Amino acid sequence: MSGFLRGVVAIYRKEMGHYLVSPVAYVVLGMFLLIGGLFYYTILTFYMERSLAASMQAMQFGAPPEVDVPSMTINSLFGVLGQVALFLLPMATMGVYAEERRRGTIELLMTSPVTDWQIVLGKYLASFSLFLILLLPTLAYHGVLFWKSEPRPPLGIMLSGYLGLLLLGGAFLALGNFISSLTESQLIAAVVTFCVALVLWIIDIAGPGAGTTIGELFQYLSVLRHYEDFARGVVDTTSLVFFGSWIALGLFLTLRSLDSMRWRRA
Amino acid sequence: MIEVEHLTKRYGDTVAVEDISFRVERGEILGFLGPNGAGKTTTMRILTGYLPATAGTVRVAGFDVAEQSLEARRRIGYLPEQPPLYPEMTVTGYLDFVARIKGVPAAERRSRVDAAIAMTHLGEYRRELIKRLSRGYRQRVGLAQALVHDPEVVILDEPTVGLDPKQIIEVRHLIKKLRGNHTVILSTHILPEVSMTCDRVIIINKGRIAAVDTPANLTAQLRGGNLVRLELRGDRNGLEQTLRQIPGVRQVSIEALPDGGRLRVAVETEPGSDLRSRIAAAVVGRGWELYELRAVSLTLEEIFLRLTTEESEETTLEARA
Repeated sequence: MSGFLRGVVAIYRKEMGHYLVSPVAYVVLGMFLLIGGLFYYTILTFYMERSLAASMQAMQFGAPPEVDVPSMTINSLFGVLGQVALFLLPMATMGVYAEERRRGTIELLMTSPVTDWQIVLGKYLASFSLFLILLLPTLAYHGVLFWKSEPRPPLGIMLSGYLGLLLLGGAFLALGNFISSLTESQLIAAVVTFCVALVLWIIDIAGPGAGTTIGELFQYLSVLRHYEDFARGVVDTTSLVFFGSWIALGLFLTLRSLDSMRWRRA
Repeated sequence: MIEVEHLTKRYGDTVAVEDISFRVERGEILGFLGPNGAGKTTTMRILTGYLPATAGTVRVAGFDVAEQSLEARRRIGYLPEQPPLYPEMTVTGYLDFVARIKGVPAAERRSRVDAAIAMTHLGEYRRELIKRLSRGYRQRVGLAQALVHDPEVVILDEPTVGLDPKQIIEVRHLIKKLRGNHTVILSTHILPEVSMTCDRVIIINKGRIAAVDTPANLTAQLRGGNLVRLELRGDRNGLEQTLRQIPGVRQVSIEALPDGGRLRVAVETEPGSDLRSRIAAAVVGRGWELYELRAVSLTLEEIFLRLTTEESEETTLEARA
């Protein structure tokens, strides 16, 4: 194993071990499943009723209206999962650096022969792994749809939806990692991360209408817009670039933040 | 092993460390002695690569801590004032993690962790969660952490602070065992600690080096240094002049007592001299009324305070009387 990777893995292992014994990780996991499951049930029954109504309509008036129930269900489900991620991921990242700063263990990391990059990557990958674990049980939702619905839901939407969800979560985690590195308080880290994520989520509503340059910018910055494409089965390069550059920027800012800690500390 | 040259650290306008230079030889134990806020922690943080210096260079085992930071860090074990522990980890789990980030090869990791545990006598607590350990045992885990990669240089910031007397003795004993195999720098504001553990002492105050010597020399110097106390009635200005003219007098401090005109005087004299009779003769010779005269030998603490406190000499000497 190369030296660089060894450092990343050491940090990663430590972070994963921390999640394993941390009540916060279990609360986040539990809430994610609870809220996700609740919405899954609601969405499913809603669309089932609609499809029942539609077929009854078809019996009465002949011409059946086009309702693609599985696609709509998946679309709504990803919408909900994205929102749950928005609410819960700030809790998953709030302690990543803030806790190390409060305990002084950051001094151990920063005086060890590991580079800031190794620390940033190891921690980010660990928080991303936690997110993957959160998503694992949601496969069951789609599994049920896939095996039981008639016609079968298009696999493409599922895959692009998951891709979108991973990018969305990755972006929130990068943001959360960065904000956690700015403070010693986990609470502040969580609240600020959530607020910034929320603003980016709905920024297109807040901004002036399309047409003006700022309006266009706000439209582009809106997380929801980019995410909705994925949930509809559209993988747009613009959105890939959007989330990719957001993650890269978040990691870069975290790196700078670690570096500046050396200069600020009095 | 450690070379520090013209090291300066400023935070904005505040100078934390100013133009410090010193060397530590291989296998030596160096004590950093100074009051809180003297710049001990700042200096140590620069040595370990945690803080960048404003000016000057630090080389550890030949590597510049700023330019070849990773190489230097590989060779340093560091215990900050607050031990950098993860409470939810077990002792072994924690040391294994530290060994990993310090770059201990996988094949040696287990034996290094065991060695660090054995050195700090943590054997029976190796599976214990760190949060369940007492203050003293946590400090030991902190020490084990600084030793786990068998570093050439060990830097300990106030390693005995907050420990009970028995634990302090154990920690000092452990530090003494490092002599020869490791180069050690430790900081403290407790004098007996340096005389018990260190080969050489740097007294640091207000970011500057106030004195460098072996504890033995310091102690000898101190044992010799004498303080003579007087109480008398006389002319304040004339008195100081008269006393200073006596050969062997280093310092004179005078304080007026509240009851009409009596003066309390502290005279510090050269080591190994006894000037009591000459002082008495000088005072009486000027016709002043002498009420009291006694010799007080300067303690280590007094020299330390003289070197490092901001308070006026009078208060300092009075406080120790």
